[in-house]
Amino acid sequence: MQLEELKRKSIESRKKVIQYIYNAKAGHTGGSLSILDILNVLYNDVMNVSPENFDSNDRDRFIQSKGHSVEALYVVLADKGFFPEEDLLTMCQYNSPYIGHPTKSIPGIEQNTGGLGHGLPIAAGAALAAKKDNSAVKVFTVLGDGEMAEGSNWEAMMFAAHYQLDNLCAILDYNKLQITAPNADVMGLEPIDQKLESFGWAVKHVDGHNLEELSNTFNNLPIVAGKPSFIIAHTTKGKGISYMENVLKWHHGVPSKEQYDLAIEELDQQLQELETVLK
Amino acid sequence: MENIKTANAANLEVFSEVLQDLAASDKDIIVVTSDSRGSGKLVPFGQKYPDQIVEVGIAEQNLVGVATGLASMGKKAFAVSPACFLTARALEQIKNDVAYSDNPVKLIGISAGVSYGALGTTHHSLHDYAVLRAINNISIVAPADNFETAQAIKEAAEMQSPVYIRFGKKAMPANLNSDATDFKIGKGRIIQEGNDLTFIATGEAVLPCTEAAKLLEKEHQISCKIISLHTIKPLDTELLLAAASNGKPVITVEEHSINGGLGEAVASLLFQNSFTNKFKIVGLPDDHTVSGSQIEIFNHYGISGEGLKNTVLNLLKL
Repeated sequence: MQLEELKRKSIESRKKVIQYIYNAKAGHTGGSLSILDILNVLYNDVMNVSPENFDSNDRDRFIQSKGHSVEALYVVLADKGFFPEEDLLTMCQYNSPYIGHPTKSIPGIEQNTGGLGHGLPIAAGAALAAKKDNSAVKVFTVLGDGEMAEGSNWEAMMFAAHYQLDNLCAILDYNKLQITAPNADVMGLEPIDQKLESFGWAVKHVDGHNLEELSNTFNNLPIVAGKPSFIIAHTTKGKGISYMENVLKWHHGVPSKEQYDLAIEELDQQLQELETVLK
Repeated sequence: MENIKTANAANLEVFSEVLQDLAASDKDIIVVTSDSRGSGKLVPFGQKYPDQIVEVGIAEQNLVGVATGLASMGKKAFAVSPACFLTARALEQIKNDVAYSDNPVKLIGISAGVSYGALGTTHHSLHDYAVLRAINNISIVAPADNFETAQAIKEAAEMQSPVYIRFGKKAMPANLNSDATDFKIGKGRIIQEGNDLTFIATGEAVLPCTEAAKLLEKEHQISCKIISLHTIKPLDTELLLAAASNGKPVITVEEHSINGGLGEAVASLLFQNSFTNKFKIVGLPDDHTVSGSQIEIFNHYGISGEGLKNTVLNLLKL
């Protein structure tokens, strides 16, 4: 997909994330905004997956380990045509399938997640199955920085390196804030790249909001043949809405009417700027 | 299937042999182990089918996660680990990744109950029925003999929903009732008919019921019906309600805590259907478990021919 089109999708998707969270009066706002560019690039520029091939075993797999940022995933999947976007008006409402975490009952979602530290082991198992089948399927998973404290991730890290799963790509949505405080205060990750490398992974730092860099990275995997790839995507929690960026309360803050209007105004401004540049 | 041992094999050995048989013609059978291929009697399997065994090391959460990933790609994944670790350490993976996400992983709890004997409580699984009964969308199976084990494994391989099967290390009878050749997960099996009371037991606790029944018949002319309720969930309500309808005493026997297991499942069913039969749950009490071998622990808590005989006589006030 053209870079300009991806950029437009990112801004439009941010608007939708805010709209549906505002409508539901619930959501993990900050984290959905921080992973959005990653999901946009994966689904629209990298992975071989669509509503048309979702029944095929040859589709690429995506498992969102940080399940709470589901609003971003919903918006990207709706845009991709997996389900009508207006379904998201029921998000988090009584008896809606669009709950606050991913479930397989939603077209396009591979796995129920929500508990942290679950995505990587499952992704590793799927990648191993693809290897056993000599399949070209690639498996992607996005982890939050806070969930890196879960021991199960490190079990899977050893496993993926041991089995040389170079068809597996884990992406760290490294916005550096978790529910209580900055990661550095809650449970420090650093030096995360050295830890991952010492576990046998090939590691690359990227700007998690630079669509071109994300695209180039994800389209040139594995980083090293025979090693699983870990992409440390440096992101901004609340990305795109000035008053939300890097502000802890927006972890699951829901905007008021005034805040909502301001957010949409800012995003519309970004769209206009994009159009100006394109002209 | 001619290589299946027919007498006095541990259910664990039967499991391993059946799996080898299945793997011979089905490349999608994948066994996942957590440094447990020796204790799981899976060394021959690994030698014969090296591409169909996956070692994860001592990492039970990852064991279940990886098995989930394999199952999600269409593999018939058997996650094999000591029951104690599998159903406690990896419980969240069982709940979320397998049951909630409806991935047809086959969870195999080996050396279950108090099979590890004197190794102590860290290695005992007396909680597994209870915790898994409270989780939606998973079947719980504890075969009593070699026949039930072989049948359960064969059926599990083709199941499209999650299943947990547990068994021990000790040699079990080839078949407690060779006339009862029907086996289906979810349907109990009548080991013997009787008129005066009904034993409802599961797994390796069925065998002592047969011993007690012989003693009661011989010494007291009490005739016992014995049901091997190899499936604890879903419960075979039809069979259980029919068995209790004679109004005679019901004794449940399990290698599990008396809390939350087979006994409470049966009690709940009968009470909610207005049955007032005399009723007794035999299992491991809510106490620190005595040390000893499996058989010594069984004897200590009355999960034995003599112990169950006395329980029955007390219940009947004879």
